[in-house]
Amino acid sequence: MIVDKLQQLGQKSIAKIQGMGRATIMLFGALIAWPTPRKSFPLLLKQLYVVGVLSLLIILVSGLFIGMVLALQGYTVLSKFGAEQMLGPLVALSLLRELGPVVTALLFAGRAGSALTAEIGLMKATEQLSGMEMMAVDPLRRIIAPRFWAGVISMPLLAMIFTAVGILGGHLVGVDWLGVDSGGYWSAMQANVDFQQDIMNGVIKSAVFALIVTWIALHKGFDAVPTSEGISQATTQTVVTSSLAVLGFDFILTAVMFGG
Amino acid sequence: MSDILVDIQHLTFKRGDRVIYDDMSMQFQRGKVTAIMGPSGIGKTTLLRLIGGQLKPEQGKILVNGQDIPQLNRKDLYKARQKMSMLFQSGAMFSDMSVYDNVAFPIREHTRLPEEIIRLMVLMKLEAVGLRGARDLMPAELSGGMARRAALARAIALDPQLILYDEPFAGQDPISMGVIVRLIRSLNNALGLTSVVVSHDVNEVMSIADYVYVVAEQKVIGQGTPEELRAHPSALVQQFLQGESDGPVPFHFKAASYSTELMELAK
Repeated sequence: MIVDKLQQLGQKSIAKIQGMGRATIMLFGALIAWPTPRKSFPLLLKQLYVVGVLSLLIILVSGLFIGMVLALQGYTVLSKFGAEQMLGPLVALSLLRELGPVVTALLFAGRAGSALTAEIGLMKATEQLSGMEMMAVDPLRRIIAPRFWAGVISMPLLAMIFTAVGILGGHLVGVDWLGVDSGGYWSAMQANVDFQQDIMNGVIKSAVFALIVTWIALHKGFDAVPTSEGISQATTQTVVTSSLAVLGFDFILTAVMFGG
Repeated sequence: MSDILVDIQHLTFKRGDRVIYDDMSMQFQRGKVTAIMGPSGIGKTTLLRLIGGQLKPEQGKILVNGQDIPQLNRKDLYKARQKMSMLFQSGAMFSDMSVYDNVAFPIREHTRLPEEIIRLMVLMKLEAVGLRGARDLMPAELSGGMARRAALARAIALDPQLILYDEPFAGQDPISMGVIVRLIRSLNNALGLTSVVVSHDVNEVMSIADYVYVVAEQKVIGQGTPEELRAHPSALVQQFLQGESDGPVPFHFKAASYSTELMELAK
């Protein structure tokens, strides 16, 4: 009984490690190549549009609402201590350090990550990837590489937009609605936000999340069992695994960046 | 130049513990249509993937133009693939591109020709399969037969030496079947191709093939020109060619005796 359980555990661990190995091989295969700008640039541009620009709406709307909620919640607490002028730094720091990168990554995993997995899984199921290989075109370089770079480039930009819109949302609620002084909102923010410590660390976080989410999404699609059930499972796994990975890595990065 | 384009020597291939091919050898002559027939599930598609270098055999050589495909490094394998082409059962058209762009895809990838010349080449290939008028359609708008013809136009876009057909007749209506049968033969003659057709449609294959291999039980059980094969002494070959439901390949999947099983239920 216990031996069986141990055996199962061992098998699962081996399968996980093999999966990680395949994911690494896939990524290396896609990225280690002579750059051919004439061919790859148009492909990258198209993917930047699909992955980045098309995710813009959900990022803008979510950013706005999260900023507004932060200001509303923050104001009720801060006003008890007569510290309403600190609303600007509260909203800005929460967004820059945590919510901007994390929520963007979670939304990105749901919106673009799942789409990438499903697209590549279906290409595999309909033999498009095999077909490409037989035409002497490497699908890793033609399909995976531009999508990977598009994800890695667009997510930090989306996180910055998310944060900026969130700060404006905070202004909308805090200043325009609840009556905090506008000059105070901005000047306290300016005084308390450090470029290196807060802004750059947020960008680094977001770049790490971008790498993780895009990598997981592409690998799950590329490794999917080429059936309808397999693709649906792969898509779910992309969202679940990348969300958990983002939250886990967020803790580690926060501990390293702000812990001591 | 040798008459033999593809030479498979003592090929052994396993999938997990299951042996698909056991010490199998076959040769495909240059400029001919060679067919590989056999019951479903014996790994005919696998054989095409082995020739294309997408799978590696356990043992044996697969020589294409004298090059041993499983031994090639990535760069040489991709170079070798530029001279071969494969028509997948599903067509494998890129669903995000029009028929025109699909056919232009290999040309754009492997050459630096100006767009006017690419246009000329694409239209010629589409004309050859009768789909010049369908160039602006998306793959989803094509019928099954048209999709396969469009895929055929793409497969011949760069004038390959060798073209591998995976079940080209499966699921086609009689008219498109006739069209594809004719196309395979006429393209082979007109372009000087070497064609390998994997199929279990006996009549169609026998009508166009110059040489036929019948594969079953992990090896070649019969080979020859269609005429030779019709007179083949093997009961298994005859069962396959005549389409008889029972014979050396049993109708029933392996099971305990029927009467014993019924008696056990009655107890």
